Amino acid sequence: MDVRLSEEQRALRDAAAQVVDRLGPKAVAQIGEPERGARLHAAVTGSGWRELRVGAEGGGPLASGVEAAIVAEELGRGAADVSFLGPTLAAELRRLAGAPPSSSVETVALDTRLSSLVGGVGGDWPAAVAIDTQGSALALVLTPVGGGSRLAGVALRAAPSGLDLTRPSEVLDPCPPATMVEGADRALTGDDLTRWTALGLSLSCADLVGTMRGAVELACAYAAQRRQYGAAIGSFQAVQHMLADAFVATEGSRSVTLHAAWAVDALPAGEALAAAAVAKAYCGRAARTVCETGIQVHGGIGNTWECLAHVYLRRALLSADLLGDARASLAHVLAHRGIGGTDGLR
Amino acid sequence: MDFGDSPEEAEFRLRLRRWLVVNDPGLPASSTDDEYWAGMAAWHRSLYDAGFFGLSWPTQIGGHGLSSVFEVIVDEELAAAGAPPRPSLGYLVQGILEHGSEEIKRRFLPGIVNGRDRWCQGFSEPDAGSDLASLRTRADRDGEDYVITGQKIWTSYSDEAEWCLLLARTDPDAAKHRGISAFAVPMRQPGIEQRPLRMINGVTKEFGEVHFDDARVPAANMIGAPGEGWALAMTVVSHEREPGELGYVARYAKTVNQLRRRVRDDPGAYGADQVSELGWAMVEVEMLRLHVRRRLSDRLGGISHGPEGSVDKLLMTWVEQAVGHAALSIGGIGHGGGDETWLNGYLYSRAQSVMGGTSQIQRNLVARRILGLPDS
Repeated sequence: MDVRLSEEQRALRDAAAQVVDRLGPKAVAQIGEPERGARLHAAVTGSGWRELRVGAEGGGPLASGVEAAIVAEELGRGAADVSFLGPTLAAELRRLAGAPPSSSVETVALDTRLSSLVGGVGGDWPAAVAIDTQGSALALVLTPVGGGSRLAGVALRAAPSGLDLTRPSEVLDPCPPATMVEGADRALTGDDLTRWTALGLSLSCADLVGTMRGAVELACAYAAQRRQYGAAIGSFQAVQHMLADAFVATEGSRSVTLHAAWAVDALPAGEALAAAAVAKAYCGRAARTVCETGIQVHGGIGNTWECLAHVYLRRALLSADLLGDARASLAHVLAHRGIGGTDGLR
Repeated sequence: MDFGDSPEEAEFRLRLRRWLVVNDPGLPASSTDDEYWAGMAAWHRSLYDAGFFGLSWPTQIGGHGLSSVFEVIVDEELAAAGAPPRPSLGYLVQGILEHGSEEIKRRFLPGIVNGRDRWCQGFSEPDAGSDLASLRTRADRDGEDYVITGQKIWTSYSDEAEWCLLLARTDPDAAKHRGISAFAVPMRQPGIEQRPLRMINGVTKEFGEVHFDDARVPAANMIGAPGEGWALAMTVVSHEREPGELGYVARYAKTVNQLRRRVRDDPGAYGADQVSELGWAMVEVEMLRLHVRRRLSDRLGGISHGPEGSVDKLLMTWVEQAVGHAALSIGGIGHGGGDETWLNGYLYSRAQSVMGGTSQIQRNLVARRILGLPDS
């Protein structure tokens, strides 16, 4: 047992932090800026981070859930307006289905509550939401073929929407016709989808941890500089205690998230999902409060569109719902320990 | 990064699990009655004699010199077996290890670790709680001894203790934080009177006040240099805040497991809000278990005595009080002469945000020493 990041993992974290600090948005007005956005997108593409879950020799992923979580956390911290989570989950699906890696960026489409991968057959598809769509022309979905779930794709129309200003979604209502993914010869088993959900929950938790860190850092910087009553507001205990609580909740969130990210590959699928449910219950609940604190510390400024504080809150609200919110995760934690029949997660 | 056991860790875990099957002393559920506290001394010696205590401490003082993560394995297995937690005295050991001379360490640490000597911690005073450095208990030099006068309060285990790790003012003219020294004071002497305090849950064995009226301690029992008492106190309290040092995870997990069985065996008797409180308590306890794994792993590269303890103390407090609320909600408050175990567990949980430094003090430390916010 050694829960410290390895030397390689620390190097990955530092590299991701550098890209985010150099190319991430520093103000709300910069979000979606074409030139900086293109450079950030190119840097993430060049780093190969979206391919961490692509299949290596022997069928396993190139890198573990921990590496993917490290990148997700740094992107969240910088409220990076670049796709990562969606393409990473798409790469995982391709690997599990035995399909070759995609040559272009693609993402996944979920049901309208964002609780699981959307599935349908023939002309009978429910409305869907493609997440984290930036740079993607295709979203992966499931379709039943010959008794199993096969991988299919639906075309996106580049019509971004959604509450998260940094990671647009696209509503697919009606869902366009799906075409089978070439080479996706393996039907996805229940275990495959359980493990895939565990990965998705873990990465959304890692994004939440990063988002919380970013919100706290932003608020601390503001509290040290904003003066009222002739003193920096960060010197007032009332403000200090709010920020201290926010920091502590972030640290607890990181501990459960690291475990969930490790469990994705190291534990049996059911145990990996149980670990992810604990993490999502904890992080989902913590993140909203922490990001709300970020807004409160900014006072009136924090309630204006131009302040980054609401960008963090919006990002947290999306990540909190992805593949199961805190309530669904809590129901899974209880069901896993023999209490309550209805399982909140897939 | 690896949350899994190494072969050596797995072997140790299995050996402990087997030992617990026959050696669990079966003390009461939680720290809510006097029988529990009375049984802890025997439990300490039993754990130690079987080789399951002091795992990460140096072999010279009776430890096993193993890596820090073995401590969390102990917590997890005690929790799984429903056994009592390990004795919470790592903070005393860390304070003396860090500040004591070789002679002091050799004289006192083996007895603390093996459980033959019981210790209490004489820090807080009636007028020096959060503002510990304003303490007024005096230690005045008299030949080869110091003579102690003053009063300590909220002293855990003062009734059982043979020794007291005492903070006293040795230089009344020095600045507030600089005139304090630390001593190992023998408790069984005419100049010391110990009176138990009754906690809000009725427990009388844990908590006491200690009066010093010309008590004597040899100068050779000073721990650290004259005036080094404050630094020692800071080392002790920083570890007193760490769940990895205290081993409380086992206590929380045990309570949650008992509540879980109640709900599982009679699900119709509990509403959605009660089940939800139980769920949050489960999540909180699991968070703390994993957080301790992370903190003890950080120690693999060497121990630090920094402000992270305040983060951990706040997390631990949230956990204990979430467990307390679940106990209150599911266990009930014993109307009509019912079982008051759960009520008492809940009442005891209120102390966690005070002992070892209040949550407000911990937030001050996190804000200033970690977040770098300006002093008021």
